[in-house]
Amino acid sequence: MPVVAIKEYTATPRDRVENFNGKQIVYASWDRHLLFAAPFLLCLPPETPFGELVKGPLSMLVQPDPDAAAIDWTAVEWLKSNQPWTPDFNASLAANGIGHKDQLRFRTPGLNSLAPAA
Amino acid sequence: MDMKVAKKKLGLKEKYRTMTRDLGWEPSYHSKEALFPYVGYEGIKIHDWDKWEDPFRLTMDAYWKYQAEKERKFYAIIDAHAQNNGHLNLTDARYLSALKIFLQAISPAEYAAHRGFARVGREFPGVGPQVACQMQAIDEIRHAQTQIHAMSNYNRYYNGFHAFADQRDRIWYTSVARSFFDDSMSAGPFEFMIAIGFSFEYVLTNLLFVPFMSGAAYNGDMATVTFGFSAQSDEARHMTLGLEVIKFILEQDPDNLPIVQAWIDKWFWRGFRVLGLVSTMMDYMLPKRVMSWREAWEIYGVENGGALFKDLARYGIKPPKDWDAAAKSIDHMSHQFMLGLYQWSFGTAFHAWIPSDDDMRWLSAKYPDSFDTYYRPRWEHIKKMAAAGTPFKNYGLAKLCQTCQLPCVFTEPDDPTLTCHRETVYKEHKYHFCSDGCQHVFENEPEKYIQAWLPMPQLFQDPVNGDLGEWMKWVSLLDGKDNGDYASSEDKQNFEAWRGLATTNQ
Repeated sequence: MPVVAIKEYTATPRDRVENFNGKQIVYASWDRHLLFAAPFLLCLPPETPFGELVKGPLSMLVQPDPDAAAIDWTAVEWLKSNQPWTPDFNASLAANGIGHKDQLRFRTPGLNSLAPAA
Repeated sequence: MDMKVAKKKLGLKEKYRTMTRDLGWEPSYHSKEALFPYVGYEGIKIHDWDKWEDPFRLTMDAYWKYQAEKERKFYAIIDAHAQNNGHLNLTDARYLSALKIFLQAISPAEYAAHRGFARVGREFPGVGPQVACQMQAIDEIRHAQTQIHAMSNYNRYYNGFHAFADQRDRIWYTSVARSFFDDSMSAGPFEFMIAIGFSFEYVLTNLLFVPFMSGAAYNGDMATVTFGFSAQSDEARHMTLGLEVIKFILEQDPDNLPIVQAWIDKWFWRGFRVLGLVSTMMDYMLPKRVMSWREAWEIYGVENGGALFKDLARYGIKPPKDWDAAAKSIDHMSHQFMLGLYQWSFGTAFHAWIPSDDDMRWLSAKYPDSFDTYYRPRWEHIKKMAAAGTPFKNYGLAKLCQTCQLPCVFTEPDDPTLTCHRETVYKEHKYHFCSDGCQHVFENEPEKYIQAWLPMPQLFQDPVNGDLGEWMKWVSLLDGKDNGDYASSEDKQNFEAWRGLATTNQ
């Protein structure tokens, strides 16, 4: 449904990828690890290899969780836009099909130090 | 010869007619449509503006008199508060975090409400609502001013008060309240009235002002209590106006019902999200707590709101669509916010802290179904990190909701262990939401919300381009003074030293 307006109403999105100086936004979150209050916002060049996103900013950001050291990144289950998905660690974000503002989620079954006892 | 007879004083009824309804006129050299161009496009049909009932029958001359009297009392007490070091009567300087959030986010919202009511007072063709809206416009600017004056006393002694206007424009958490008012002010006049006059001032205001003013009283903040008393009679009038508006619109034409219902659905959810910050204030930030957010919701949401919507059922109005989702989040929202405010406290112009053991006991008693299960383990871990000398800071910044602009801290309505992920694609561009409610609001008017100025993505664009230090300068945040953990703050140190001077011989 369009905006109710007195005349035709069109607008430009504020967060277009060309505003980010050659970089893009990627959201990443660790399912059921809510020590981190919200999904992380990362801003990276699309040429960044996926493995670098994981080894660099993502590994660093999850450090405060007591499960962080036990993550086996080769066994992690990934979701992209809430759908199961398998990344290529050597390929770039772009080659992995990770678009501007895409949300990545990862799951580590069995790791749940701060989760409630079932 | 005619005798000149002394004119009788006007009776109340006559005075009301002369000083409100008689002020209007039928245009003769412009069409009504040209004079009031914005009153038709939203689809609301009004057949007779004279059916507007003004429950207060307040006229401008009486209005000025009452307000002037309240101002005199207010400023006398504010002066006394300043001269007697009233700030040292606070329970604890932690309380000031709630005040800082109020000054940075809510006082500017009062000003926004002033602008909104001034506008709709001009845009409605009926004299009754014109006068009522103009009075409310003046009330709102008075509230903004008196709040700023009341809190300016604290600015002489404490950090975080000095740049509320810059922070209103630029810092991240204030964009929640700002975008809420921008959304209402860029809507048509009828939607504005349902958004602010009814949903905010009538349905939700008790959840904001009652806890806030009682919180001030419980915590020794005479300045804010005084403001509360000064605003109280205005708020009563605003609530009555909000209720009168909705009844008037619904009685005018049956076609108005679906439009009004959609606005109520939207603005209840928008308002509920804005008030989320109040939940954190009530449960965590008041050193001496009034009641829990859950208890406030039971009284002002479930009981009062339930009675209201029962009353409106005769017009065909149903409770807001996302009422149940709101109810499910009550046991979780304050905890989810406070965890966020603590880990991002490097970027807030107020302090956050780890709840003490006493605080945690209170929280588990008030939230028996959620605190110990979900939130205590996280706080205990955070406490351990602080004790080890490596306090928890989350530099990942946060994904924000495109609609409410809050960080996506909320969990699935039926699973408090899983973040609620919602997204949609509009014109090949991706957008994220914190909840189904916010996604629905976006999808009804996507062209409006794609323009949202989201502070986190903006941090990586001009003029800051991802530099955190530059960002702090840009938002007028003094690193090491305004931000961070209360435990190591200048505010704590100063408050304790000054209070020590006032109450001991050391």
